[in-house]
Amino acid sequence: MTCTKCKTKAVIGLPRHNAAFCKGCFNGFIHDQVARAIKSEWMFGKEAKILVAVSGGKDSLALWDILLKLGYKADALYVNLGIGTYSEESHAKVTQFAETVAAPHGATLHIHTVEQEAGAGIKELAQLIHRPTCSTCGTIKRYQFNRVAIEQQYDVMATGHNLDDEAARLLGNVLHWQEEYLEKQGPSLPASVAGFSKKVKPLFRLAERELAAYAVLNRIDYIVEECPMAKGSKMIQYKEVLNRLETESPGTKQTFYWGFLEKQSRKQPTATTMSEKDRAVLHPCTSCSQPTTAEVCSYCKMMARAKTVAPH
Amino acid sequence: MQVRLSHPSRTVEVKGPKKAKDLLRELNLVVEAHLVIKGDDLVTEDEMLYEGDQIEIRPVISGGSPRFTSHVPPFTSPQ
Ligand code: SF4
Ligand SMILES: [Zn+2]
Ligand SMILES: [Zn+2]
Repeated sequence: MTCTKCKTKAVIGLPRHNAAFCKGCFNGFIHDQVARAIKSEWMFGKEAKILVAVSGGKDSLALWDILLKLGYKADALYVNLGIGTYSEESHAKVTQFAETVAAPHGATLHIHTVEQEAGAGIKELAQLIHRPTCSTCGTIKRYQFNRVAIEQQYDVMATGHNLDDEAARLLGNVLHWQEEYLEKQGPSLPASVAGFSKKVKPLFRLAERELAAYAVLNRIDYIVEECPMAKGSKMIQYKEVLNRLETESPGTKQTFYWGFLEKQSRKQPTATTMSEKDRAVLHPCTSCSQPTTAEVCSYCKMMARAKTVAPH
Repeated sequence: MQVRLSHPSRTVEVKGPKKAKDLLRELNLVVEAHLVIKGDDLVTEDEMLYEGDQIEIRPVISGGSPRFTSHVPPFTSPQ
């Protein structure tokens, strides 16, 4: 295969774009797609202070790398969940990337360690309060990212969700007719109320395979191993099905997700209706003052429970 | 040739020469979910792989990196 643009030897074929690229042209393609996503969805401007949620995986590290190379001011937050060697390894990859790639751009890494605050890792914590590990994890990550974004005055929070993540999530929500979640599946969620940070997904135009290729080509050392809690998850099953379809008919994933976004945008100005709805039901948590629909937010409730049952 | 695989990590011996896409097919792996790396370099599916090449097939699907949403349905947005 030769590069569609410069006719030298290609390193990756992109059937969904009917193209193949060499390393240089592929990097150009990736940067263009992210720049396009940022512009078309009004994600942030050139001067914005961005907080990237990093995990040590390919997507979030690639995102941090791309934003810095595009000239944005992007710091990152890593949440150490305390899941054995998986957390140790991902933590090490993130710190290494921060020191070697991000620091020369003047970017900083924030770290939150679950064990330090809760006295236990995520698995033990979930057991203690009788909730599934992944939902406990979700609550903690959402809470901590929002807290750091607000406290350190970031304008916007960016996550590494890619086309595959969004297409698989859409498939899951459609299969279960979780309609109420559909309207929040856009790549740009406004700061609905004071105390809630704006959230964006600048990688929504890129496939998971393209991001892995970007990481490999640019020698970004990421954790290939999975979080052990993810084994056999529904999300992975949906992705596998979509990838089988994609291999047979290139473009299936983007037609599915982008088509959905286009329909949504024609339906109603989601941004305003959504934040109006949120504003009506959200108020500050009496304990930590982050926005919540209850009196005390789910994070504070969780921590309070953990403290009462924890063996001291 | 030696082919390194992940999840779980293991090495298998496959006879060359062989095109990358045929190697994937033989191992029953979907192109869209994998990258083929020869030595340190990414190669396209039509690349010929020979005896003695060091090959890694890297899965690209992740369902559990802490990317901030819950990985169990319903798949709520980060809010
Ligand atoms: S799979 Fe791991 S990272 Fe993902 S929600 Fe579950 S515990 Fe958290
Ligand atoms: Zn080229
Ligand atoms: Zn609270």
